Amino acid sequence: MSAVDQAKNAEAFLEDTVHEERLDKLLWMGRMRRDAAARQVPEWEELRTLASEIKEHTLSNLSEHLVEFEANATANGVTVHWARDAHEHNQIVYDLLTERNIPTLIKAKSMLTEECELRPFLEARDIRVIETDLGERIQQLDDQPPSHITGPCIHKTTKDVADLFAKNYGSDPNNEDPAYLAGVMRDNTRPEILNAHAGMTGANFVVAETGAIIVVTNEGNADLAANTPPLHIVSVGIEKLVPNMESLAVFIRLLTRSATGESITQYTSTFRGPRKGAAMHVVLVDNGRSARLGMEKFWPSLKCIRCAACMNTCPVYRRSGGLSYGSTYMGPIGIIMMPTADIRKYSELPFASTLNGSCTNVCPVKIDIHEQIYAWREVMEEKGQIQTVKKQAMKVADKVLSSPQLYQIATASVSTALKILPHFAIYNRLNAWGKHRDVPEAASETFHQWYPNHRLKGNEVLGL
Amino acid sequence: MEVALMIPCYIDVFYPQVGIATLELLERLGVDVVYPREQTCCGQPMANSGCYEEARATEEHCARVFGSFKYIVTPSGSCTHHIRNKFTAGADSPEKDNLTRNTYDLVEFLHDVLKVREFPWATFEHKVALHTSCSAIRGLNMASMTERVHDPVFSKPKALLSGVPGLQLVEFDRVDECCGFGGTFSATEEAVAAKMGYDKLAFMQKASPDYIVSSDMSCLMHLQGCARRQKQDIPFLHIAEILNGV
Repeated sequence: MSAVDQAKNAEAFLEDTVHEERLDKLLWMGRMRRDAAARQVPEWEELRTLASEIKEHTLSNLSEHLVEFEANATANGVTVHWARDAHEHNQIVYDLLTERNIPTLIKAKSMLTEECELRPFLEARDIRVIETDLGERIQQLDDQPPSHITGPCIHKTTKDVADLFAKNYGSDPNNEDPAYLAGVMRDNTRPEILNAHAGMTGANFVVAETGAIIVVTNEGNADLAANTPPLHIVSVGIEKLVPNMESLAVFIRLLTRSATGESITQYTSTFRGPRKGAAMHVVLVDNGRSARLGMEKFWPSLKCIRCAACMNTCPVYRRSGGLSYGSTYMGPIGIIMMPTADIRKYSELPFASTLNGSCTNVCPVKIDIHEQIYAWREVMEEKGQIQTVKKQAMKVADKVLSSPQLYQIATASVSTALKILPHFAIYNRLNAWGKHRDVPEAASETFHQWYPNHRLKGNEVLGL
Repeated sequence: MEVALMIPCYIDVFYPQVGIATLELLERLGVDVVYPREQTCCGQPMANSGCYEEARATEEHCARVFGSFKYIVTPSGSCTHHIRNKFTAGADSPEKDNLTRNTYDLVEFLHDVLKVREFPWATFEHKVALHTSCSAIRGLNMASMTERVHDPVFSKPKALLSGVPGLQLVEFDRVDECCGFGGTFSATEEAVAAKMGYDKLAFMQKASPDYIVSSDMSCLMHLQGCARRQKQDIPFLHIAEILNGV
């Protein structure tokens, strides 16, 4: 499979200025709200440190905590399943449904099921899947993956949604009122929820000590999906464990403040076991996580609590749109997670960053995101994933910039210098610099040429 | 005090006047400036692209040229950040060790080592929008970061500019959002880079500055390219040019 060309996808997104400017403004507002929320908590930085340390502890002792969770959840009446990869996860869910002759699954939002491509798996086997999260349902109707991990359809305008609903539900295409559109969705999904025999949720956290599943939402749809049908299936990545309820509190304080700037969401629900007469199944999914845990440089991305603060602050994400990354997880955190799943397909993602470091500063669990992006670039070179043109240009730069003689010849006239410097500006996509920017104007002499005519000292340090 | 002057490759070729201003300013402050003529580049363009193999010889050359000086000063936060924090492509040596420990961005050197606060010779009766690079802010801690909401607010380049008679700093929105240069990023993601530059200019222009100023010429090279393409004729200056007196 060829590499996702994020730059090209981003360029296409930028051509539509209405969507780009709206996305940029909206997400920057999210960043501002995050700042305001953090300002209200004097111990914010201590909380981040604590959260990071709890995650590092838990990940370092993951096997014990997983077994502890399994024992406690089982004691609560939950059936725990283990899935090595996406296929095993999907098969377990499929079997749970077919054993009970259930034709329809209602779902709350879960990035893990996106990662596992559960929906196409089930649909190919004649099981209907209904997303109940408003944004996720919009993306399902439009046959697009989520473009943002907490706001799946954040790149769409209300007009886009009005058109989509008109096409799918026959509603008024000219009514862009969000309350009206939410009503259209409610009228269409509520009967599905009431008639469903199986509901699925993800999990924001799972607590080893109590076997509890924690789901954080605003719409309440996860509670409906979990509490209405007689079967509740929970899909959860093994990195979502926290040791106990006390440590959970640290994350609850950080999660929503980082995500939306709210101090807490409408619903923070704890599911500890099946309701009377109902069944609850938890599928613990690895799908590459334990392999990543073994990567000396890249395991810290497993600390992620999926708040999307890094996306909201990322100047590249805000101007590219989440779909440009062609991946389940996008933006800064996506850049460092996705290559662990497929190094070839996501080999260009580490270059979709200016390494400005804002993502690292907002991360509530202190993942050194921009340092990892930098490190991934080195890996892409080692693994031979850097484009040949770029590689050749860097070889020329290597020769010229490591030799004072060649450097001075190359820079002696600005016309030759332009071919070498800034080499990084012209090596790729012929004259990429000049497409939207003027090239720097030529100086009549370089500093190096000016110097000996104006200062007496020769300063030959090496005597080369 | 002896200082080795490191002139970044793009300043050497495109902005020699910034090198001259840096040299003159340091001399004016009584520093004995040495310009090692064998210098080329710090290796950042290659390392920043993931090409460590290709950065090795240049980094090792840089360490040989500058490795014996007690102070190495360069008018670039970006090169300083590379040397101080990312200089891992070349072999370890006492010279490399010395270089990574003793290299200062010009602003840091003026602010922290020489502790200069007044520039009476540099009167500048204009409104200035100051852009500080991400390398300088988040790599060198030359200014507080807006994400760190509980940290005390400070800016070393601002502190220096406030010692310039007549100079008025203007405030603008999203002050520490990246301008879009990002080294190789400026070419590999040229469309996004340019849009970030256009947006940065728009935020600055709202405050009606007479000049756009930075301690990093690479950001300015990018922003100036964006401005000229948009037919904006606002002038750009490196902070050294202002502090030395335009």
